[in-house]
Amino acid sequence: MNTQYENYSAAAEVGAVRKRRSRLERIWIDLKKAPLSAWFGMIVVFAYMVVALFAPLIAPYGEAEVFPEANAAWSSQFIFGTDQIGRDMLSRLIYGARNTMGIALMTTLLSFLIGGSLGLIAAISRGWLDQLLSRSVDVLMAIPSLIFALMLLSIFGSTVTNLVIIIALLDSTRVFRLTRSVAVNVVVMDYVEAAKLRGEGLGWIMRKELLPNIMPPLVAEFGLRFSFVFLTIAALSFLGVGIQPPTADWGSMVRDNANLIQFAGIDFRIGLTPLLPAAAIALLTVAVNFVVDWFLHKTSGIRDEH
Amino acid sequence: MSVCVSLDVWSKSLHPVLSTVLKRLGLGLITLFVVSAIIFSSISLLPGDFGEAVLGQAATEDTVAAFRKELGLDKPAVTRYFEWVGSVLRGDLGTSFSGRAASGVNRARSVVELVKPRLQNTLFLAGVTAIIAVPLALILGLAAALYRNSYFDRTVNVTTLTTIAMPEFFVAYILILFFSSLLPWFPSLANVSAETPFWERLYKISLPAITLTLVIMAHMMRMTRAAIINLLASDYIEMARLKGASRREVILKHALPNAWAPIATVIAFNLAFLVVGVVVVEVVFVYPGIGQLMVDAVTSRDIPVVQACALIFAGTYILLNLLADVIGIVSNPRLLHPR
Repeated sequence: MNTQYENYSAAAEVGAVRKRRSRLERIWIDLKKAPLSAWFGMIVVFAYMVVALFAPLIAPYGEAEVFPEANAAWSSQFIFGTDQIGRDMLSRLIYGARNTMGIALMTTLLSFLIGGSLGLIAAISRGWLDQLLSRSVDVLMAIPSLIFALMLLSIFGSTVTNLVIIIALLDSTRVFRLTRSVAVNVVVMDYVEAAKLRGEGLGWIMRKELLPNIMPPLVAEFGLRFSFVFLTIAALSFLGVGIQPPTADWGSMVRDNANLIQFAGIDFRIGLTPLLPAAAIALLTVAVNFVVDWFLHKTSGIRDEH
Repeated sequence: MSVCVSLDVWSKSLHPVLSTVLKRLGLGLITLFVVSAIIFSSISLLPGDFGEAVLGQAATEDTVAAFRKELGLDKPAVTRYFEWVGSVLRGDLGTSFSGRAASGVNRARSVVELVKPRLQNTLFLAGVTAIIAVPLALILGLAAALYRNSYFDRTVNVTTLTTIAMPEFFVAYILILFFSSLLPWFPSLANVSAETPFWERLYKISLPAITLTLVIMAHMMRMTRAAIINLLASDYIEMARLKGASRREVILKHALPNAWAPIATVIAFNLAFLVVGVVVVEVVFVYPGIGQLMVDAVTSRDIPVVQACALIFAGTYILLNLLADVIGIVSNPRLLHPR
């Protein structure tokens, strides 16, 4: 007998292990290693969220408050001037953050709910259901979604509810594809088989066995889908068939004030007015893309060099 | 799906490339068929009282009934669908909803008459954009792969990531602000007509063409760069390097010939993307193209025009994607030389 093992205590060995880092500490370590672009993206996204949440507190005037002077120049009273019917530009920009981002977020959540659950169901059940869903998705994805959205909106009419449902449905096809393709690799694992043999239901397997294991790609996809949905809604509103007035929305604000751009030669700042909402859209999508880019790089471990 | 299965059996005796291509073409045809059915059935989803909405409140029951009969709503949907496909194939896309009056006077124009000149304009804009964007994207993508991780590469990378994420209208308005409003070099309105001479037409569409170029070039460039860099991990590249070939030689002589397949796919894919991007850009520059027509038709709920435009857009998109896949299959050396 070896004396070394005689007074061995498992409890002591476990106790000797360094204290585990808490989740917060681990996140902080990852964040410290994040590149500048990711930091920039996170700060911008955070700022947008603050503005959207506290819009009524930040905005100097109301969303649809009309002042007598239309298309006013930038001044101390109206920091970014007023729009074509005399509403304060800055206030509308701030409320626009709430409306545009809120609608885009709702749409993305709905599309993940539909696409994600159908994708998981297809991956688990396989067979004819999987075939049916996958083939229908193939067909739906063969039509450019902006064109499809335009067609459906012309039939059902442009209301916010229709907009959210139509875009969520069209977008869920892509979520479905991704979820299904990652989930089929997890479904064949032994622990899923064990859960099935234990007699767990479909919902339990989806939530407890599959979802935690396919989270990273889904989270990254959520960011990408959000910026895509956001751009689609902005484009539709810009085309005049998306979010309807008097709701403050960045896409339609660009459209309504676009003709101010020709006065840039006289007063440069007036010419910039229609670009402000467009820049607000661009900045958010760029920021989200930076964050997603870093997140994907981190979770997949892809290296770009050889 | 049964078509696929029978194709599968029948294609066993064919060359693998041909059979794969045929299978893909068959799938494309089925897609086109289903998509046309979806676009067609959209008219049956309209609320029941849309006859009055089109003809106005004062429409009598007779005119509404006549209008419904003209659309064929009194016949079963399947019959209507095949009649519709037949007339589309003969080049008849129906008549527009606008221009109809409650009294039964019908000044509606045929959809083909509306679509044809606009389609030509859109194809012109898309063609010019493709001629500028494709070579430029290839050269920049190659250069970025060649001088990987240099300042040039990083600048190009950040710039393209930024332009991809930007809405088309933002890029368009920035260009208008600088090159039309501040520096009056180009017109901000691309109002061309059938009589506009070629060079003037080209001048007028310069800003829309530049906008579209910026939008699709970013995609193409990144994908070209990625395709080349992806190949650089292969064994034969390692071999060429060990042999002492220079970096430039490795990329141009060893990697590029093998990258043509993904690059060709990328080009076709981005031309398909151009089809969608054209809608917003046409509206910004008030260019009389098919995208603008579709948006106007959506606003006025002129369903036959919307259907025709959607069919053209979806058809082009599907065909270009099909082309991309076929190029990918045909240029795959493993399929060309079966064992």
